[in-house]
Amino acid sequence: MFQIQRSPQVHDVVVIGSGAGGGTVVKVLTDLGINVTLLEAGPMLNPVKDFKEHVWPYQVDHRGVGPHAEGYFGKSPWAFGYFAAPNGYWDVPGEPYTVAPDSKFRWFRSRIIGGRTNHYGRISLRFSDYDFKPYSFDGLGTDWPVSYEEMSPYYDKAEEFIGVTGTHEGLRTAPDGKFLPPIAPRVHETLIQKACQKLNMPCIPSRMAMLTRPVHGRAACHYCGQCGRGCHTASAFTSSQAMIFPAMKTGKLRIITGAMARELITDDTGQVTAVSYVEKATRTEKKIRCRAAVVAASACESARLLLNSKSSRFPNGLANGSGMVGRNLTDTTGYDLSGFVPALAGLPRHNCDGIGGMHVYIPWWLLDDKKKDFPRGYHIEVGGGFDMPQIGFAHGEEGYGSALKSKIREEYGAWVGFSGRGEMIPNANSYCEIDPTTVDQWGIPVLRFHFRWSEHEIKQVRHMHDTFKAVIEAMGGKPEKKELPEHGVDAVSVGGEIIHEAGTVRMHDDPKQGPLNRWCQAHEAKNLFVADAAPFLGNPDKNVTLSIVALAWRTAEHLAVEMRKGNV
Amino acid sequence: MSDNQVSRRELLRNLGISAALAAPGARLVSAQVAQHVHQAVAQEKAAAPKGEYTPKCFTAHEFKTLQRLSDLIIPADDHSPGALEAGAAEWIDYMAGNSPDLAQIFTGGFGWLDHQMQQHHGVDFIDAKPEQQTAVLDAIAYKKNEMPENAPGIHFFSWLRNLVTDAYYTSPIGIKDLGYMGNTAVSEFHVPEAALQYALKRSPFA
Repeated sequence: MFQIQRSPQVHDVVVIGSGAGGGTVVKVLTDLGINVTLLEAGPMLNPVKDFKEHVWPYQVDHRGVGPHAEGYFGKSPWAFGYFAAPNGYWDVPGEPYTVAPDSKFRWFRSRIIGGRTNHYGRISLRFSDYDFKPYSFDGLGTDWPVSYEEMSPYYDKAEEFIGVTGTHEGLRTAPDGKFLPPIAPRVHETLIQKACQKLNMPCIPSRMAMLTRPVHGRAACHYCGQCGRGCHTASAFTSSQAMIFPAMKTGKLRIITGAMARELITDDTGQVTAVSYVEKATRTEKKIRCRAAVVAASACESARLLLNSKSSRFPNGLANGSGMVGRNLTDTTGYDLSGFVPALAGLPRHNCDGIGGMHVYIPWWLLDDKKKDFPRGYHIEVGGGFDMPQIGFAHGEEGYGSALKSKIREEYGAWVGFSGRGEMIPNANSYCEIDPTTVDQWGIPVLRFHFRWSEHEIKQVRHMHDTFKAVIEAMGGKPEKKELPEHGVDAVSVGGEIIHEAGTVRMHDDPKQGPLNRWCQAHEAKNLFVADAAPFLGNPDKNVTLSIVALAWRTAEHLAVEMRKGNV
Repeated sequence: MSDNQVSRRELLRNLGISAALAAPGARLVSAQVAQHVHQAVAQEKAAAPKGEYTPKCFTAHEFKTLQRLSDLIIPADDHSPGALEAGAAEWIDYMAGNSPDLAQIFTGGFGWLDHQMQQHHGVDFIDAKPEQQTAVLDAIAYKKNEMPENAPGIHFFSWLRNLVTDAYYTSPIGIKDLGYMGNTAVSEFHVPEAALQYALKRSPFA
């Protein structure tokens, strides 16, 4: 039996979720002297214990494949391998979700202080002017109630705080920002740059949230390339290390871990008065009273929380008079191709770890091309170099003996990989809703997903395939043997796999068109805010995290102003 | 060590972070102990009278077969020691001991190989002449050779090669063979000009 416990104290602001959005709100509000209580469904992060930075594979008895060889049988419980920072997975024990029969979708959840920022790729790209006004640009999607000009100062703040590498390029598809010095291209990246030059494509220094200079007490990068494992020196951005840990020292932040939010409680006027959550350790339901609530649980989890917050005033879920909560679900498209580059075979050995991930990338370059058969575009991420060998390193090779050994040695570092990350246009077939019959281990109704790529995305991925082949061939390389499947949709990553969900609690000036106003404040509940990718009106080809931080920063400042004025 | 390398221990000490980087759920061993294979094996070898390893999952016969196969797949050469010296067989025995699915694939594969060798030459794989052993491998080491009579062998050999190369290239010997020079703290990222010129000269951009 659940015991409902009430806390008599009224907390200023309760923030639900500690990832990029929640972390930013915590940072901004505590800096402004506002008391915050943070609810996180997972445990506290302990970097010294939890991060496997600098561990060699042979220092682990199973070397990363799993104690029971799980990785060999497609049952690895780690989304990005054993050595990655604690990061969650698409399947969370006791927390199911369902997918409609005609759909495919995988929902990634990260239950830990810092959320997905503990492991994410840290590619930090501003949305462009046209990304905020997509309908005005080409008649597809919906314009944001916010413009690039309004967002730009918040991108400045976000970049200056988290630290982003880059160079000023003057490209409309890749707006310039407040950058730390870039990092030199690796050998294969120089070849890719030259191939792109030949093909009239830009290939510019990457924009990554790693510190090439010390920033705000965080040490400069030591170039071990293991950002994805978590960084002991906090030289790669995480909301846990850069935002939440410092906020803990202000005395303004109280953190409740192991707290699974169940619903938001409202009064007769529609104001949120309390958050009800399950204390996982005791399976006890608790309530915490608040002056304002900021939901930052990740796009779909935030939608779920609102949909589950039903009352006589809000029969379809909190702030859902528009019926748009859960709608407009998008992810990023993904497609990969690799190739062998003979010019790199036998390359003289050197340490090319650098920052974790690419040192150069290819922003979208065909914005003004009228001949292409799909709208918007994609950016290209590049891979290659002398990576630390891991389990699976030589899988797929043939033969044996000296010939095999020499071939592996010769080809080490001579493979390049390209990953396309493209924009999805919101469509009516892609949304999440409450499953009418399924609940999680605490009895909280779960989400049911509907998700379909449209012809736009399928054509875009075909274009990626042809482009990657052309770049590899321009380097004198041989693309891997990979043909596009008969059904184009099978070439696109499964929805949710790129982990860029957005759009499910969108902003709109018209309360009938979107649950939130231009401040990410609920039209129907003035002390309720959303601060993750749920308020987004689109999902441009520019990974969501930097924009989550920038928008959450703006939202938190607005909330603080409204609290001072007494409006909240 | 190049000039711009800083000691990781120093780096962490400066930041007030403990250098004990124990990962939860994993038994860590030093690079020296791990020189051949994981800690348990190294300890056992040290304790045994002749420094020998007793297999935990496989029979002595199977283990010898596995050692021979790992030596055939990644042999020692002028450049570096091979999978035998890197302890591939010990690691596979250890993993198979923790995975019944893996154990079945390997014991089944050893049985298939012995049976083939018995049929053609009247001996087990381990007792066959080197040229008889390589003749079998020549048939099962390539997918294009797949026929109904050797399909199980091809399937097994793919697993075997995967695990032997995994064991080898995640060992200190294998990492040295490849020449991986990272996993260290440096104060600056730098690409050697010689490496860049090597690639450019061989590229279409020369």
